[in-house]
Amino acid sequence: MTTIANDILAAIGGVPQTASDVVVEAIDVRKSFGRLQVLKGVSLTVGRAEVVVMIGASGSGKTTFIRCINHLEKIQAGRISVNGHLIGYREANGRLIEDREPNIARQRREIGMVFQRFNLFPHLTALGNVIEAPIRVRGVPEREAIETGRALLARVGLSAKEEAYPAQLSGGQQQRVAIARALAMKPALMLFDEPTSALDPEMIGEVLEVMQELAREGMTMIVVTHEMGFAREVADRVVMMDEGVIIEEGTPEHFFTAPEQERTKAFLSKIL
Amino acid sequence: MPFDMVFAANGGASLTFDLDFFLRFVFQPSPALLSGLAITIYVAVFAQLAGTILGTLSALAGMSRLRLVRAISGIYVWFFRGTPLLVQMFLVYFGTPYLLGGLDLFPRDVNIGFINLRGAILAGLVALSINEGAYMSEIVRAGILSVDLGQTEAAKSLGMTYGLTMRRIVLPQALRVIIPPLGNEFNNMLKTTSLMSIIAVEELFRVAQAANSATFKAFEAYFGVALYYLALTTIWSAVQGRIERRLGASAGRERQPGLWARMLGLSRSRDGQVGR
Repeated sequence: MTTIANDILAAIGGVPQTASDVVVEAIDVRKSFGRLQVLKGVSLTVGRAEVVVMIGASGSGKTTFIRCINHLEKIQAGRISVNGHLIGYREANGRLIEDREPNIARQRREIGMVFQRFNLFPHLTALGNVIEAPIRVRGVPEREAIETGRALLARVGLSAKEEAYPAQLSGGQQQRVAIARALAMKPALMLFDEPTSALDPEMIGEVLEVMQELAREGMTMIVVTHEMGFAREVADRVVMMDEGVIIEEGTPEHFFTAPEQERTKAFLSKIL
Repeated sequence: MPFDMVFAANGGASLTFDLDFFLRFVFQPSPALLSGLAITIYVAVFAQLAGTILGTLSALAGMSRLRLVRAISGIYVWFFRGTPLLVQMFLVYFGTPYLLGGLDLFPRDVNIGFINLRGAILAGLVALSINEGAYMSEIVRAGILSVDLGQTEAAKSLGMTYGLTMRRIVLPQALRVIIPPLGNEFNNMLKTTSLMSIIAVEELFRVAQAANSATFKAFEAYFGVALYYLALTTIWSAVQGRIERRLGASAGRERQPGLWARMLGLSRSRDGQVGR
Protein backbone atom coordinates (compact mmCIF):
# COMPACT_ATOMS: atom_id res chain seq x y z
CA MET A 1 0.00 0.00 0.00
CA THR A 2 2.89 2.36 0.67
CA THR A 3 3.99 1.98 -2.90
CA ILE A 4 0.59 3.21 -3.99
CA ALA A 5 0.87 6.23 -1.70
CA ASN A 6 4.26 7.02 -3.17
CA ASP A 7 2.87 6.70 -6.63
CA ILE A 8 0.19 9.20 -5.78
CA LEU A 9 2.75 11.62 -4.48
CA ALA A 10 4.78 11.18 -7.60
CA ALA A 11 1.69 11.76 -9.65
CA ILE A 12 1.00 15.14 -8.17
CA GLY A 13 4.54 16.21 -8.86
CA GLY A 14 6.09 15.27 -5.55
CA VAL A 15 4.58 18.30 -3.89
CA PRO A 16 3.68 17.66 -0.26
CA GLN A 17 -0.06 17.27 -0.04
CA THR A 18 -1.28 20.32 1.81
CA ALA A 19 -4.96 21.22 2.08
CA SER A 20 -4.90 23.59 -0.88
CA ASP A 21 -3.56 20.89 -3.14
CA VAL A 22 -6.63 18.78 -2.61
CA VAL A 23 -9.38 19.49 -5.11
CA VAL A 24 -11.80 16.68 -4.36
CA GLU A 25 -12.25 15.03 -1.02
CA ALA A 26 -14.95 12.40 -0.76
CA ILE A 27 -15.39 10.61 2.54
CA ASP A 28 -17.47 7.48 3.00
CA VAL A 29 -20.08 8.42 0.40
CA ARG A 30 -23.21 6.30 0.45
CA LYS A 31 -26.01 6.46 -2.05
CA SER A 32 -29.13 4.39 -2.67
CA PHE A 33 -31.74 4.38 -5.36
CA GLY A 34 -34.74 3.26 -3.37
CA ARG A 35 -33.69 0.00 -1.71
CA LEU A 36 -30.74 -0.56 -4.00
CA GLN A 37 -27.53 0.71 -2.48
CA VAL A 38 -25.18 1.72 -5.30
CA LEU A 39 -22.43 3.44 -3.30
CA LYS A 40 -21.45 1.64 -0.11
CA GLY A 41 -18.91 4.01 1.38
CA VAL A 42 -16.63 5.49 -1.26
CA SER A 43 -13.68 7.63 -0.22
CA LEU A 44 -11.44 9.35 -2.72
CA THR A 45 -9.04 12.26 -2.63
CA VAL A 46 -7.95 13.95 -5.83
CA GLY A 47 -5.03 16.37 -5.84
CA ARG A 48 -4.66 19.44 -8.02
CA ALA A 49 -3.70 18.66 -11.63
CA GLU A 50 -4.23 14.99 -10.98
CA VAL A 51 -5.98 12.81 -13.54
CA VAL A 52 -7.94 9.97 -12.01
CA VAL A 53 -9.49 7.35 -14.26
CA MET A 54 -12.30 5.29 -12.79
CA ILE A 55 -12.91 1.86 -14.21
CA GLY A 56 -15.24 -0.97 -13.34
CA ALA A 57 -18.12 -2.97 -14.77
CA SER A 58 -21.35 -1.18 -15.54
CA GLY A 59 -23.43 -0.94 -12.40
CA SER A 60 -20.36 -0.73 -10.19
CA GLY A 61 -21.29 2.84 -9.20
CA LYS A 62 -18.56 4.88 -10.92
CA THR A 63 -20.94 7.07 -12.93
CA THR A 64 -23.18 7.58 -9.91
CA PHE A 65 -20.14 8.56 -7.88
CA ILE A 66 -18.98 11.32 -10.20
CA ARG A 67 -22.57 12.58 -10.52
CA CYS A 68 -22.57 12.94 -6.74
CA ILE A 69 -19.49 15.16 -6.97
CA ASN A 70 -21.50 17.96 -8.61
CA HIS A 71 -24.67 17.02 -6.76
CA LEU A 72 -26.63 15.76 -9.74
CA GLU A 73 -27.35 12.93 -7.31
CA LYS A 74 -28.12 13.33 -3.63
CA ILE A 75 -26.17 11.25 -1.18
CA GLN A 76 -27.49 9.58 1.94
CA ALA A 77 -24.32 9.65 4.00
CA GLY A 78 -20.74 10.82 3.87
CA ARG A 79 -19.47 14.11 2.53
CA ILE A 80 -17.94 15.48 -0.62
CA SER A 81 -15.99 18.70 -0.83
CA VAL A 82 -14.45 20.42 -3.81
CA ASN A 83 -11.82 23.07 -3.22
CA GLY A 84 -12.64 22.87 0.46
CA HIS A 85 -16.36 23.62 -0.01
CA LEU A 86 -18.90 21.04 1.03
CA ILE A 87 -20.98 20.14 -2.03
CA GLY A 88 -24.76 20.07 -1.92
CA TYR A 89 -25.01 20.18 1.85
CA ARG A 90 -24.30 22.50 4.71
CA GLU A 91 -23.52 21.61 8.25
CA ALA A 92 -25.90 22.62 11.03
CA ASN A 93 -25.60 21.28 14.57
CA GLY A 94 -23.35 18.51 13.35
CA ARG A 95 -25.92 17.32 10.84
CA LEU A 96 -25.87 17.67 7.08
CA ILE A 97 -28.79 19.52 5.53
CA GLU A 98 -29.27 19.81 1.80
CA ASP A 99 -28.20 23.24 0.64
CA ARG A 100 -30.47 25.72 -1.11
CA GLU A 101 -30.67 25.48 -4.86
CA PRO A 102 -28.92 28.80 -5.70
CA ASN A 103 -25.97 27.79 -3.48
CA ILE A 104 -25.69 24.43 -5.19
CA ALA A 105 -25.79 26.20 -8.54
CA ARG A 106 -22.93 28.45 -7.40
CA GLN A 107 -20.84 25.45 -6.34
CA ARG A 108 -21.38 23.79 -9.69
CA ARG A 109 -19.72 26.68 -11.53
CA GLU A 110 -16.38 25.31 -10.34
CA ILE A 111 -17.06 21.83 -11.66
CA GLY A 112 -17.22 21.10 -15.36
CA MET A 113 -19.01 18.00 -16.56
CA VAL A 114 -18.95 16.16 -19.86
CA PHE A 115 -21.72 13.67 -20.48
CA GLN A 116 -21.86 10.41 -22.36
CA ARG A 117 -24.59 11.75 -24.64
CA PHE A 118 -23.05 15.25 -25.02
CA ASN A 119 -26.28 17.05 -24.01
CA LEU A 120 -25.51 20.06 -26.14
CA PHE A 121 -28.32 22.62 -26.32
CA PRO A 122 -29.87 21.88 -29.73
CA HIS A 123 -31.43 25.34 -30.14
CA LEU A 124 -28.07 27.10 -29.84
CA THR A 125 -25.08 27.12 -32.19
CA ALA A 126 -21.74 25.65 -31.14
CA LEU A 127 -20.58 29.11 -30.07
CA GLY A 128 -23.96 29.78 -28.46
CA ASN A 129 -23.55 26.63 -26.37
CA VAL A 130 -20.11 27.75 -25.21
CA ILE A 131 -20.98 31.36 -24.30
CA GLU A 132 -24.40 30.74 -22.71
CA ALA A 133 -23.28 29.96 -19.16
CA PRO A 134 -20.42 32.49 -18.93
CA ILE A 135 -22.81 35.28 -19.94
CA ARG A 136 -25.89 34.18 -17.97
CA VAL A 137 -24.23 32.64 -14.93
CA ARG A 138 -20.93 34.43 -14.53
CA GLY A 139 -22.10 37.72 -15.99
CA VAL A 140 -19.21 37.93 -18.43
CA PRO A 141 -19.74 40.71 -21.02
CA GLU A 142 -20.93 39.26 -24.30
CA ARG A 143 -17.98 40.43 -26.35
CA GLU A 144 -15.50 38.92 -23.92
CA ALA A 145 -17.47 35.65 -23.74
CA ILE A 146 -17.48 35.39 -27.53
CA GLU A 147 -13.75 35.99 -27.66
CA THR A 148 -13.08 33.30 -25.04
CA GLY A 149 -15.61 30.99 -26.69
CA ARG A 150 -13.92 31.30 -30.08
CA ALA A 151 -10.54 30.59 -28.50
CA LEU A 152 -11.95 27.49 -26.79
CA LEU A 153 -13.55 26.19 -29.98
CA ALA A 154 -10.22 26.74 -31.73
CA ARG A 155 -8.52 24.77 -28.99
CA VAL A 156 -10.78 21.77 -29.60
CA GLY A 157 -10.24 22.18 -33.36
CA LEU A 158 -13.69 23.49 -34.26
CA SER A 159 -13.09 27.07 -35.37
CA ALA A 160 -14.91 26.36 -38.62
CA LYS A 161 -18.04 25.14 -36.82
CA GLU A 162 -18.84 28.13 -34.62
CA GLU A 163 -22.18 28.79 -36.29
CA ALA A 164 -23.17 25.13 -36.73
CA TYR A 165 -26.04 23.69 -34.71
CA PRO A 166 -25.45 20.46 -32.79
CA ALA A 167 -27.59 18.48 -35.25
CA GLN A 168 -25.16 19.48 -38.01
CA LEU A 169 -22.14 18.14 -36.14
CA SER A 170 -20.75 14.61 -35.85
CA GLY A 171 -20.72 12.90 -32.47
CA GLY A 172 -17.03 13.59 -31.99
CA GLN A 173 -17.47 17.24 -32.88
CA GLN A 174 -20.43 17.54 -30.51
CA GLN A 175 -18.44 16.07 -27.66
CA ARG A 176 -15.58 18.47 -28.33
CA VAL A 177 -18.04 21.40 -28.23
CA ALA A 178 -19.34 19.99 -24.94
CA ILE A 179 -15.81 20.00 -23.53
CA ALA A 180 -15.30 23.61 -24.69
CA ARG A 181 -18.67 24.52 -23.12
CA ALA A 182 -17.60 23.12 -19.75
CA LEU A 183 -14.17 24.78 -19.95
CA ALA A 184 -15.75 28.17 -20.66
CA MET A 185 -16.80 28.33 -17.01
CA LYS A 186 -13.12 28.06 -16.03
CA PRO A 187 -13.73 25.10 -13.73
CA ALA A 188 -11.25 23.86 -11.14
CA LEU A 189 -12.28 20.29 -11.83
CA MET A 190 -13.55 18.42 -14.88
CA LEU A 191 -15.73 15.33 -14.63
CA PHE A 192 -16.01 13.06 -17.65
CA ASP A 193 -18.82 10.51 -17.64
CA GLU A 194 -17.92 7.92 -20.29
CA PRO A 195 -17.24 10.67 -22.82
CA THR A 196 -16.51 8.32 -25.70
CA SER A 197 -19.02 5.54 -25.08
CA ALA A 198 -21.63 6.99 -27.43
CA LEU A 199 -19.18 7.68 -30.25
CA ASP A 200 -18.43 5.79 -33.43
CA PRO A 201 -14.98 4.21 -33.16
CA GLU A 202 -13.37 6.57 -35.67
CA MET A 203 -14.35 9.59 -33.56
CA ILE A 204 -13.08 8.38 -30.20
CA GLY A 205 -9.50 9.45 -30.96
CA GLU A 206 -10.27 13.13 -31.55
CA VAL A 207 -12.08 13.43 -28.21
CA LEU A 208 -9.40 11.59 -26.24
CA GLU A 209 -6.78 13.80 -27.84
CA VAL A 210 -8.51 16.92 -26.53
CA MET A 211 -8.75 15.35 -23.08
CA GLN A 212 -5.10 14.36 -23.12
CA GLU A 213 -4.13 17.92 -24.05
CA LEU A 214 -6.27 19.19 -21.20
CA ALA A 215 -4.51 16.87 -18.76
CA ARG A 216 -1.14 18.03 -19.99
CA GLU A 217 -2.15 21.61 -19.26
CA GLY A 218 -2.72 20.70 -15.65
CA MET A 219 -6.49 20.33 -15.42
CA THR A 220 -7.74 18.25 -12.50
CA MET A 221 -9.84 15.49 -14.00
CA ILE A 222 -11.91 12.51 -12.98
CA VAL A 223 -12.68 10.33 -15.96
CA VAL A 224 -15.05 7.39 -16.06
CA THR A 225 -14.10 5.42 -19.14
CA HIS A 226 -13.52 2.04 -20.68
CA GLU A 227 -10.68 3.40 -22.82
CA MET A 228 -7.76 1.55 -21.29
CA GLY A 229 -5.29 3.12 -23.70
CA PHE A 230 -6.27 6.53 -22.34
CA ALA A 231 -5.97 5.27 -18.77
CA ARG A 232 -2.52 3.88 -19.44
CA GLU A 233 -1.20 7.03 -21.12
CA VAL A 234 -2.91 9.87 -19.32
CA ALA A 235 -4.00 8.74 -15.87
CA ASP A 236 -1.94 9.53 -12.82
CA ARG A 237 -4.05 7.09 -10.89
CA VAL A 238 -6.55 4.39 -11.79
CA VAL A 239 -9.40 3.52 -9.46
CA MET A 240 -11.29 0.26 -9.79
CA MET A 241 -14.85 0.15 -8.51
CA ASP A 242 -16.92 -2.94 -7.92
CA GLU A 243 -20.37 -3.22 -6.37
CA GLY A 244 -20.34 0.25 -4.89
CA VAL A 245 -16.86 0.29 -3.37
CA ILE A 246 -13.35 1.07 -4.52
CA ILE A 247 -11.55 -2.25 -4.49
CA GLU A 248 -8.19 -1.19 -5.84
CA GLU A 249 -6.30 1.92 -6.84
CA GLY A 250 -2.84 2.67 -8.11
CA THR A 251 -0.79 3.82 -11.07
CA PRO A 252 -1.70 2.63 -14.55
CA GLU A 253 1.49 0.62 -14.48
CA HIS A 254 0.36 -1.17 -11.36
CA PHE A 255 -2.99 -1.98 -12.95
CA PHE A 256 -1.72 -3.22 -16.25
CA THR A 257 1.19 -5.24 -14.92
CA ALA A 258 0.30 -6.48 -11.48
CA PRO A 259 -3.32 -6.00 -10.39
CA GLU A 260 -3.86 -7.45 -6.95
CA GLN A 261 -7.58 -8.12 -6.71
CA GLU A 262 -9.12 -11.10 -8.44
CA ARG A 263 -12.09 -9.04 -9.57
CA THR A 264 -9.78 -6.43 -11.08
CA LYS A 265 -7.95 -9.15 -12.98
CA ALA A 266 -11.21 -10.60 -14.19
CA PHE A 267 -12.47 -7.20 -15.31
CA LEU A 268 -9.26 -6.27 -17.09
CA SER A 269 -9.00 -9.60 -18.84
CA LYS A 270 -12.48 -9.04 -20.24
CA ILE A 271 -11.83 -5.53 -21.41
CA LEU A 272 -8.27 -5.67 -22.71
CA MET B 1 -95.12 10.47 -51.46
CA PRO B 2 -93.73 11.39 -48.02
CA PHE B 3 -92.14 14.58 -49.38
CA ASP B 4 -95.38 15.85 -50.89
CA MET B 5 -97.22 15.08 -47.70
CA VAL B 6 -94.78 17.05 -45.58
CA PHE B 7 -94.91 20.04 -47.79
CA ALA B 8 -98.67 19.92 -47.96
CA ALA B 9 -98.97 19.53 -44.22
CA ASN B 10 -96.82 22.59 -43.73
CA GLY B 11 -99.15 24.58 -45.78
CA GLY B 12 -96.91 24.69 -48.80
CA ALA B 13 -93.59 25.47 -47.17
CA SER B 14 -91.09 27.24 -49.32
CA LEU B 15 -87.48 28.22 -48.95
CA THR B 16 -87.30 31.73 -47.56
CA PHE B 17 -83.86 33.16 -47.86
CA ASP B 18 -83.46 36.90 -48.12
CA LEU B 19 -80.35 36.99 -50.25
CA ASP B 20 -80.29 40.74 -50.32
CA PHE B 21 -80.40 41.01 -46.52
CA PHE B 22 -77.79 38.25 -46.17
CA LEU B 23 -75.33 39.88 -48.56
CA ARG B 24 -75.72 43.23 -46.87
CA PHE B 25 -75.30 41.64 -43.42
CA VAL B 26 -72.06 39.98 -44.46
CA PHE B 27 -70.49 42.38 -46.93
CA GLN B 28 -71.77 45.72 -45.68
CA PRO B 29 -71.37 45.03 -41.99
CA SER B 30 -73.10 47.37 -39.58
CA PRO B 31 -70.96 49.31 -37.08
CA ALA B 32 -72.34 47.00 -34.40
CA LEU B 33 -71.09 43.93 -36.26
CA LEU B 34 -67.66 45.44 -36.80
CA SER B 35 -67.45 46.38 -33.14
CA GLY B 36 -68.51 42.83 -32.25
CA LEU B 37 -65.79 41.48 -34.52
CA ALA B 38 -63.22 43.66 -32.77
CA ILE B 39 -64.36 42.51 -29.33
CA THR B 40 -64.27 38.86 -30.40
CA ILE B 41 -60.73 39.22 -31.73
CA TYR B 42 -59.21 41.14 -28.88
CA VAL B 43 -60.84 39.09 -26.15
CA ALA B 44 -59.64 35.91 -27.87
CA VAL B 45 -56.09 37.25 -28.20
CA PHE B 46 -55.82 38.52 -24.64
CA ALA B 47 -57.54 35.51 -23.09
CA GLN B 48 -55.15 33.22 -24.99
CA LEU B 49 -52.14 35.27 -23.88
CA ALA B 50 -53.22 35.36 -20.26
CA GLY B 51 -54.21 31.69 -20.39
CA THR B 52 -50.80 30.74 -21.77
CA ILE B 53 -49.01 32.65 -19.01
CA LEU B 54 -51.30 31.16 -16.35
CA GLY B 55 -50.86 27.71 -17.86
CA THR B 56 -47.07 28.01 -17.85
CA LEU B 57 -47.07 29.09 -14.21
CA SER B 58 -49.46 26.27 -13.35
CA ALA B 59 -47.33 23.71 -15.22
CA LEU B 60 -44.19 24.84 -13.36
CA ALA B 61 -46.10 24.80 -10.07
CA GLY B 62 -47.25 21.28 -10.88
CA MET B 63 -43.61 20.18 -11.02
CA SER B 64 -42.61 21.95 -7.84
CA ARG B 65 -40.77 20.17 -5.08
CA LEU B 66 -43.28 21.58 -2.60
CA ARG B 67 -46.34 19.44 -2.21
CA LEU B 68 -48.61 22.40 -1.40
CA VAL B 69 -47.65 24.22 -4.61
CA ARG B 70 -48.23 21.04 -6.62
CA ALA B 71 -51.62 20.62 -4.94
CA ILE B 72 -52.72 24.16 -5.81
CA SER B 73 -51.86 23.58 -9.46
CA GLY B 74 -53.61 20.21 -9.43
CA ILE B 75 -56.81 21.57 -7.92
CA TYR B 76 -56.83 24.50 -10.34
CA VAL B 77 -56.57 22.26 -13.38
CA TRP B 78 -59.03 19.75 -11.94
CA PHE B 79 -61.70 22.35 -11.20
CA PHE B 80 -61.50 24.46 -14.35
CA ARG B 81 -61.23 21.55 -16.76
CA GLY B 82 -63.93 19.67 -14.91
CA THR B 83 -66.65 22.31 -14.91
CA PRO B 84 -68.43 24.03 -17.83
CA LEU B 85 -66.98 27.31 -19.03
CA LEU B 86 -70.52 28.68 -19.07
CA VAL B 87 -70.87 28.01 -15.36
CA GLN B 88 -67.44 29.52 -14.71
CA MET B 89 -68.44 32.65 -16.59
CA PHE B 90 -71.56 33.05 -14.44
CA LEU B 91 -69.52 32.33 -11.35
CA VAL B 92 -67.10 35.13 -12.22
CA TYR B 93 -69.63 37.68 -13.43
CA PHE B 94 -72.49 37.14 -10.99
CA GLY B 95 -70.91 34.98 -8.28
CA THR B 96 -67.78 36.80 -7.20
CA PRO B 97 -69.38 40.25 -6.71
CA TYR B 98 -72.04 38.57 -4.58
CA LEU B 99 -69.41 36.65 -2.61
CA LEU B 100 -67.59 39.90 -1.92
CA GLY B 101 -70.69 41.45 -0.33
CA GLY B 102 -72.18 43.05 -3.40
CA LEU B 103 -68.95 44.72 -4.44
CA ASP B 104 -69.34 46.10 -7.97
CA LEU B 105 -66.42 44.18 -9.46
CA PHE B 106 -67.55 44.56 -13.05
CA PRO B 107 -69.20 47.99 -13.43
CA ARG B 108 -70.49 49.28 -16.74
CA ASP B 109 -67.23 51.03 -17.40
CA VAL B 110 -63.85 49.81 -16.23
CA ASN B 111 -60.78 51.97 -16.53
CA ILE B 112 -57.46 50.20 -16.39
CA GLY B 113 -54.89 52.86 -17.11
CA PHE B 114 -55.87 54.26 -20.48
CA ILE B 115 -57.93 51.21 -21.38
CA ASN B 116 -61.65 51.59 -21.04
CA LEU B 117 -63.94 48.61 -21.38
CA ARG B 118 -67.28 47.20 -20.29
CA GLY B 119 -67.29 45.34 -17.02
CA ALA B 120 -68.96 42.34 -18.66
CA ILE B 121 -66.12 42.09 -21.15
CA LEU B 122 -63.62 42.08 -18.30
CA ALA B 123 -65.58 39.31 -16.57
CA GLY B 124 -65.68 37.31 -19.80
CA LEU B 125 -61.98 37.86 -20.33
CA VAL B 126 -61.19 36.71 -16.80
CA ALA B 127 -63.31 33.57 -17.09
CA LEU B 128 -61.90 32.65 -20.51
CA SER B 129 -58.32 33.24 -19.30
CA ILE B 130 -58.65 31.14 -16.17
CA ASN B 131 -60.36 28.36 -18.08
CA GLU B 132 -57.75 28.46 -20.83
CA GLY B 133 -54.95 28.44 -18.24
CA ALA B 134 -56.12 25.06 -17.00
CA TYR B 135 -55.92 23.55 -20.48
CA MET B 136 -52.63 25.26 -21.30
CA SER B 137 -51.20 23.92 -18.04
CA GLU B 138 -51.41 20.38 -19.37
CA ILE B 139 -50.05 21.40 -22.77
CA VAL B 140 -47.06 23.25 -21.32
CA ARG B 141 -46.44 20.39 -18.92
CA ALA B 142 -46.29 17.91 -21.80
CA GLY B 143 -43.93 20.28 -23.62
CA ILE B 144 -41.57 20.51 -20.67
CA LEU B 145 -41.60 16.75 -20.16
CA SER B 146 -40.74 16.25 -23.82
CA VAL B 147 -37.36 17.93 -23.30
CA ASP B 148 -34.62 15.41 -22.57
CA LEU B 149 -33.55 15.31 -18.91
CA GLY B 150 -29.94 15.55 -20.09
CA GLN B 151 -30.64 19.16 -21.08
CA THR B 152 -31.54 20.07 -17.51
CA GLU B 153 -28.51 18.21 -16.18
CA ALA B 154 -26.17 19.94 -18.62
CA ALA B 155 -27.59 23.35 -17.64
CA LYS B 156 -27.30 22.53 -13.94
CA SER B 157 -23.73 21.31 -14.36
CA LEU B 158 -22.87 24.73 -15.82
CA GLY B 159 -24.11 26.39 -12.66
CA MET B 160 -27.47 27.54 -14.02
CA THR B 161 -30.23 28.08 -11.50
CA TYR B 162 -33.66 26.51 -11.93
CA GLY B 163 -35.14 29.72 -13.33
CA LEU B 164 -32.35 30.22 -15.82
CA THR B 165 -32.48 26.57 -16.89
CA MET B 166 -36.21 26.83 -17.56
CA ARG B 167 -36.08 30.19 -19.32
CA ARG B 168 -33.03 29.67 -21.50
CA ILE B 169 -32.82 25.93 -22.05
CA VAL B 170 -36.02 23.96 -21.35
CA LEU B 171 -38.90 26.25 -22.36
CA PRO B 172 -37.41 27.29 -25.72
CA GLN B 173 -37.15 23.61 -26.60
CA ALA B 174 -40.57 22.81 -25.18
CA LEU B 175 -42.04 25.42 -27.53
CA ARG B 176 -41.77 23.05 -30.47
CA VAL B 177 -44.14 20.66 -28.74
CA ILE B 178 -46.35 23.40 -27.29
CA ILE B 179 -46.98 25.47 -30.45
CA PRO B 180 -49.24 23.06 -32.44
CA PRO B 181 -51.75 22.43 -29.62
CA LEU B 182 -51.53 26.11 -28.67
CA GLY B 183 -52.68 26.92 -32.19
CA ASN B 184 -55.64 24.59 -31.79
CA GLU B 185 -56.48 26.19 -28.47
CA PHE B 186 -56.59 29.61 -30.11
CA ASN B 187 -58.81 28.28 -32.89
CA ASN B 188 -61.19 27.10 -30.15
CA MET B 189 -60.86 30.38 -28.29
CA LEU B 190 -61.98 32.40 -31.31
CA LYS B 191 -65.24 30.46 -31.30
CA THR B 192 -65.68 30.07 -27.54
CA THR B 193 -65.80 33.86 -27.05
CA SER B 194 -69.38 33.57 -28.34
CA LEU B 195 -70.34 32.26 -24.88
CA MET B 196 -69.86 35.81 -23.61
CA SER B 197 -73.11 36.72 -25.37
CA ILE B 198 -75.02 35.34 -22.41
CA ILE B 199 -73.45 37.85 -20.05
CA ALA B 200 -74.47 40.58 -22.50
CA VAL B 201 -71.09 41.20 -24.12
CA GLU B 202 -71.76 42.64 -27.56
CA GLU B 203 -69.40 40.35 -29.43
CA LEU B 204 -70.11 38.84 -32.86
CA PHE B 205 -72.75 36.33 -31.86
CA ARG B 206 -74.64 38.76 -29.63
CA VAL B 207 -74.85 41.18 -32.56
CA ALA B 208 -76.28 38.43 -34.74
CA GLN B 209 -78.88 37.67 -32.07
CA ALA B 210 -79.85 41.33 -32.01
CA ALA B 211 -80.14 41.36 -35.80
CA ASN B 212 -82.42 38.33 -35.59
CA SER B 213 -84.59 39.94 -32.93
CA ALA B 214 -85.01 43.06 -35.02
CA THR B 215 -85.68 41.40 -38.38
CA PHE B 216 -86.65 37.76 -37.65
CA LYS B 217 -84.22 36.75 -40.37
CA ALA B 218 -82.75 34.00 -38.21
CA PHE B 219 -81.02 31.92 -40.87
CA GLU B 220 -79.44 34.86 -42.65
CA ALA B 221 -78.12 36.42 -39.42
CA TYR B 222 -76.78 33.21 -37.87
CA PHE B 223 -75.35 31.87 -41.10
CA GLY B 224 -73.80 35.26 -41.77
CA VAL B 225 -72.11 35.37 -38.41
CA ALA B 226 -71.00 31.76 -38.84
CA LEU B 227 -69.13 32.88 -41.95
CA TYR B 228 -67.39 35.53 -39.88
CA TYR B 229 -66.16 32.89 -37.41
CA LEU B 230 -65.15 30.68 -40.31
CA ALA B 231 -63.12 33.51 -41.81
CA LEU B 232 -61.34 34.10 -38.49
CA THR B 233 -60.45 30.44 -37.97
CA THR B 234 -59.41 30.03 -41.61
CA ILE B 235 -57.05 32.98 -41.45
CA TRP B 236 -55.66 31.65 -38.17
CA SER B 237 -55.13 28.17 -39.65
CA ALA B 238 -53.04 29.69 -42.40
CA VAL B 239 -50.97 31.66 -39.90
CA GLN B 240 -50.59 28.59 -37.69
CA GLY B 241 -49.47 26.47 -40.62
CA ARG B 242 -46.86 29.03 -41.49
CA ILE B 243 -45.52 29.12 -37.92
CA GLU B 244 -45.42 25.34 -37.67
CA ARG B 245 -43.68 24.97 -40.99
CA ARG B 246 -41.07 27.45 -39.90
CA LEU B 247 -40.55 25.53 -36.64
CA GLY B 248 -40.36 22.29 -38.58
CA ALA B 249 -37.87 23.78 -41.02
CA SER B 250 -35.58 24.89 -38.23
CA ALA B 251 -35.71 21.36 -36.87
CA GLY B 252 -34.45 20.19 -40.25
CA ARG B 253 -37.63 18.34 -41.09
CA GLU B 254 -39.24 18.07 -44.48
CA ARG B 255 -41.57 20.88 -45.50
CA GLN B 256 -45.19 20.12 -44.68
CA PRO B 257 -47.96 21.00 -47.15
CA GLY B 258 -49.85 24.20 -46.44
CA LEU B 259 -53.51 24.62 -45.61
CA TRP B 260 -54.74 25.15 -49.17
CA ALA B 261 -52.76 22.24 -50.49
CA ARG B 262 -54.27 20.02 -47.79
CA MET B 263 -57.81 21.28 -48.35
CA LEU B 264 -57.72 20.88 -52.10
CA GLY B 265 -56.12 17.44 -51.85
CA LEU B 266 -52.98 18.60 -53.60
CA SER B 267 -50.63 17.45 -50.89
CA ARG B 268 -48.40 14.54 -51.59
CA SER B 269 -47.51 12.09 -48.91
CA ARG B 270 -43.88 11.12 -48.48
CA ASP B 271 -43.90 8.19 -50.83
CA GLY B 272 -44.98 10.49 -53.63
CA GLN B 273 -48.63 9.46 -53.88
CA VAL B 274 -51.33 12.08 -53.93
CA GLY B 275 -52.82 12.27 -50.47
CA ARG B 276 -56.44 12.59 -49.58
